[in-house]
Amino acid sequence: MPHDFKQLRLDRVSRRFAAPSGAITTAVDALSVTVPRGEFVALLGPSGCGKSTVLNCIAGLLPLSDGGIWLDEQRIDVLPPEKRGFGMVFQNYALFPHMTVRANVAFGLRMRGTGAAETARRVAKAFALVQLEGHEDKLPGQLSGGQQQRVAIARAIVIEPPLLLMDEPLSNLDAKLRLEMRGEIRRIHRELGRSTIYVTHDQDEAISLADRIVVLQDGRVQQIASPQEIYAQPANIDVARFMGYRNVLDVEIEETRGTEVVVGADGVRLTGVIKQPLTGARGYAAIRPEEMTIGAGANVIAGRIENVEYGGRDSLIDVRTASGLLLQARTPGKPTAGESVQLTIPVERVLVYPRGGAP
Amino acid sequence: MTSAAARVARPPLLDSSFLLVAPAVLFLLLLFVYPFLYGFALSFQPNEGGWLDNYQKFFTDSRAWRTIVTTFGLALPVTLINVGFALPIAFRLRRRTLWQRWVTTLLVVPITLGTVLIADGMLTYFGPRGWLAQTLQLFHLYDGPIRLTHNYWGVLISLVISGFPFAFLLLLSYVTGIDPVLARAAATLGANRWNQFRHIYLPLLAPGLAITFCLAFVQAFSVFPSAVLVGAPSGSTRVISIAAYEAAFENYDYAMASTVAMIMGFAQLIVVAVVLGLRRAFYRGPVSGGKG
Repeated sequence: MPHDFKQLRLDRVSRRFAAPSGAITTAVDALSVTVPRGEFVALLGPSGCGKSTVLNCIAGLLPLSDGGIWLDEQRIDVLPPEKRGFGMVFQNYALFPHMTVRANVAFGLRMRGTGAAETARRVAKAFALVQLEGHEDKLPGQLSGGQQQRVAIARAIVIEPPLLLMDEPLSNLDAKLRLEMRGEIRRIHRELGRSTIYVTHDQDEAISLADRIVVLQDGRVQQIASPQEIYAQPANIDVARFMGYRNVLDVEIEETRGTEVVVGADGVRLTGVIKQPLTGARGYAAIRPEEMTIGAGANVIAGRIENVEYGGRDSLIDVRTASGLLLQARTPGKPTAGESVQLTIPVERVLVYPRGGAP
Repeated sequence: MTSAAARVARPPLLDSSFLLVAPAVLFLLLLFVYPFLYGFALSFQPNEGGWLDNYQKFFTDSRAWRTIVTTFGLALPVTLINVGFALPIAFRLRRRTLWQRWVTTLLVVPITLGTVLIADGMLTYFGPRGWLAQTLQLFHLYDGPIRLTHNYWGVLISLVISGFPFAFLLLLSYVTGIDPVLARAAATLGANRWNQFRHIYLPLLAPGLAITFCLAFVQAFSVFPSAVLVGAPSGSTRVISIAAYEAAFENYDYAMASTVAMIMGFAQLIVVAVVLGLRRAFYRGPVSGGKG
């Protein structure tokens, strides 16, 4: 079983399902990505985008329909899951309810025939790593959700897998615990020094944890890039929408000047930057609420505050222009509804995409 | 704590909602508890002799006490066969597939037939001039005499036919209740198929196996129609229920018949108690692996 490696390579991995009606659904379509050792990769996408399918394919729980998975020079997609030796953390933890927490964590070592002393040493180390000492002799049912989560991680890392697979591991936890465990997972990844593939539908989680993000939609890769790039420069309008560009305006392309473009929508004229080659006379302009501020500058839009959602540090405001366009912006403090305001957005933060087939 | 709070904390032991269970309790009292106690009392009132005479007679008459041995000799192997074969098949069919539906439907049929119809079919099929014997002899696969009815084997086959579907359906419901993600988790930790079964499914199934064993055993132990119809009711399949029947309806000794019935019940109780006692040694609790 491989314990050290340079890279994991997914080569045009595809997975198709046949529905009972006979219709073929493509859950994952020709996904190629290379994960070097030590990297933390997040598979990000809305539910049903195929991200869990990819993870199950890597773990060996689902066979591929096409393509291959390679660990350095070894082809592993033909191996059963128990021969791959990857650690996996399941969404609902999948702890063995009839075994103590200690037996759960030791299970992988028991299957490998590891000696008693070595097992005890490594189990203790895993407990220390997830900070769960003192709960070893309880049954999983006696632990809280957060503690069960830690057991699931300890059980996966005790076998010192080259690759740690995590399937939405935080989705069952409450908001506070989720933030706490996020930091823990990053720390554990760093201390192990192996690779982690992490599936999530939460863009904040992906951005804060990953070195690199793979954005999936309808089984297809939309973008593979660093969190900074995905956050600031989404490759297409779908990624932009998913990454929190809440203002997506249906615009007419008026004039292009090199990489810059002037667009118009409902009486509002904006200058933005072209993110994808424009085809046709229509397009989308995507703007993040937090990049639109009250004040003067480039791209001034006048309007009236219609709604204020106070968030403590700042407020999310809905601004309606005279022509009826609704925009969302973030602003410090707490303005009052009904106020007239001027919004401004820097040119490089108005991202313009072509209008494809579907809106 | 105020007295008002104390009143709230302790709801009354009896309230009108108890009336809801009254019909069921009445039913149980009239149709089970009373006849049982009546029979129990009757077993200590022999037609002649002291109050323990019937029991003494049963355990000193070899024709009587041997029926216990005979019944165990049938019920234990039948239960082991039924549960033993039902387990791997139910395990194989644990995923909801078209197969599972077909096999389940096929297996429900013998349950609906009833033992008498099964016995009748068996006589036609397994009898000395039945289809099986004729087919085997036609192709010269086996030329000796085939004796699968009117003996021990006839009753055994009949009990397997009627008891297996029952054990299978019961175990299937236990197996499908176990979260398959647990086995997948075990696989990622290095457990092959056998180890997944051995370490995950089997321990989680243990309580269900115990219950299935008990019910299948009790069912087989109380065998009567097939022991008469396809067995040798005066010889190798003279089971305890036949002894009770003879006492009641051939000798008209209801007290003795009650005694045999009580002994029969007690024998079953011992096996059930042993199996359920063993079950305590295993884990009992939820069979899913966490939240969600």
